[in-house]
Amino acid sequence: MVQKLPYLKETPSQTAGPYVHIGCLPNFCGIEGVFAADLGSVMVGERTKGERITLTGRVIDGTGTPLKDAMIEIWQADADGLYNSPSELRGTADPAFTGWGRRAVDQDTGVYSFDTIKPGRVPAPDGSLQAPHINVWIVARGINIGLNTRIYFPEEEAANAADPVLARIEHKNRIPTLIARREGATLIHDIRLQGEGETVFFDI
Amino acid sequence: MTNEAPETGAFFARDREWHPQAYTPGYKSSVARSPRLALVSFGNTISEITGPVFGHSMLGPLDNDLTLNYARPGESAIGERIIVHGRLMDERGRGVPGALLEFWQANAGGRYRHKKDGYLAPLDPNFGGCGRTITGPDGSYAFRTIRPGPYPWPNGPNDWRPAHIHFSVFGHGFAQRLITQMYFEGDPLIARCPIARTINDPAAISQLTAALDMNATIPMDAIAYRFDIVLRGRRSTLFENRIEGN
Repeated sequence: MVQKLPYLKETPSQTAGPYVHIGCLPNFCGIEGVFAADLGSVMVGERTKGERITLTGRVIDGTGTPLKDAMIEIWQADADGLYNSPSELRGTADPAFTGWGRRAVDQDTGVYSFDTIKPGRVPAPDGSLQAPHINVWIVARGINIGLNTRIYFPEEEAANAADPVLARIEHKNRIPTLIARREGATLIHDIRLQGEGETVFFDI
Repeated sequence: MTNEAPETGAFFARDREWHPQAYTPGYKSSVARSPRLALVSFGNTISEITGPVFGHSMLGPLDNDLTLNYARPGESAIGERIIVHGRLMDERGRGVPGALLEFWQANAGGRYRHKKDGYLAPLDPNFGGCGRTITGPDGSYAFRTIRPGPYPWPNGPNDWRPAHIHFSVFGHGFAQRLITQMYFEGDPLIARCPIARTINDPAAISQLTAALDMNATIPMDAIAYRFDIVLRGRRSTLFENRIEGN
């Protein structure tokens, strides 16, 4: 016999379903007057430091159809590479930037869009630097457990080539699925759930 | 909140056999929306260990009362009045304080206030269906609502969702992010539900089934259900050689 370990099991995930907006973005779906604003809908203000960017794209299913009911959350460092979080012990992040955004894809076109800033570099556990990246979490009807991925910047070729997370990807021909296309201040990035060009998703 | 120093350890690996798989053909919507290639794993970095925080100051007085937060003055939502309460913990059994919980649900007739829901059950003019709260110093939470109704949905020719409340949960790190659903003790539709059955282990479905809690009822007012939620635990950093700041 042996002592029983004291750990609990994580609560299992269930799909967010098609009506995730009611709970997470009620104003977006017409439920007004309960919460003043939808959380995470505005990331950047006048005082936010850093280079303004717009991140946009679609989430596409295995038949090539954009999802119309997905919700996306992003989490990123500030312009100096600091996270606005109590677990960030290296310094104090820009108080004018929470680093967290939440949007629904458009219910007609499937397009998502975040107005944010380009993040600075953050360290990896071995002390090397990660390339600038945005952490992404996607939920929707038909997605049983939220999908984690990242978005990297195309102009950061050298940093991307040295990034320790991208280096974990065995099939190097899949790395481009994590690198956005850039047109001026706009980063365009489609996320493919399945099939040709399937985006790399992470078990973090 | 807490006077303890924030934790910076990596999270325990997720038990993906306990969670539903991505591809679960009994739930048809998952078929074209499930990645087919393997997830890529890597050790948590500061990007996964950190996460946003939400202050109690953002909450309004009715945010955790769905019977009133959409109702006209002097009125309230129709349905069986219930309290849902419990504790947010991590896998080590520690309470998770200061965490945002958001919930949404159908009304007592099984109808959502959403333009995509065309079920013939009527909307309740006094029920919006959303609420939120932030966990207390020990991870505890509570809200008041009405028991949602079951409803039919287009999956198989005759599939019905058991009564359920959706939960969105933030922990302290982005890698703890979780959305799930709470079911009600004794509902015969749980075992028949293609979404509940995306989970393989009956014990894991039981973990999503709230227990009737007569001790927490408010006599002559509302019956109570208890629903504890567990997020991923964190490793101790005590014996780890880590570069400063990681």
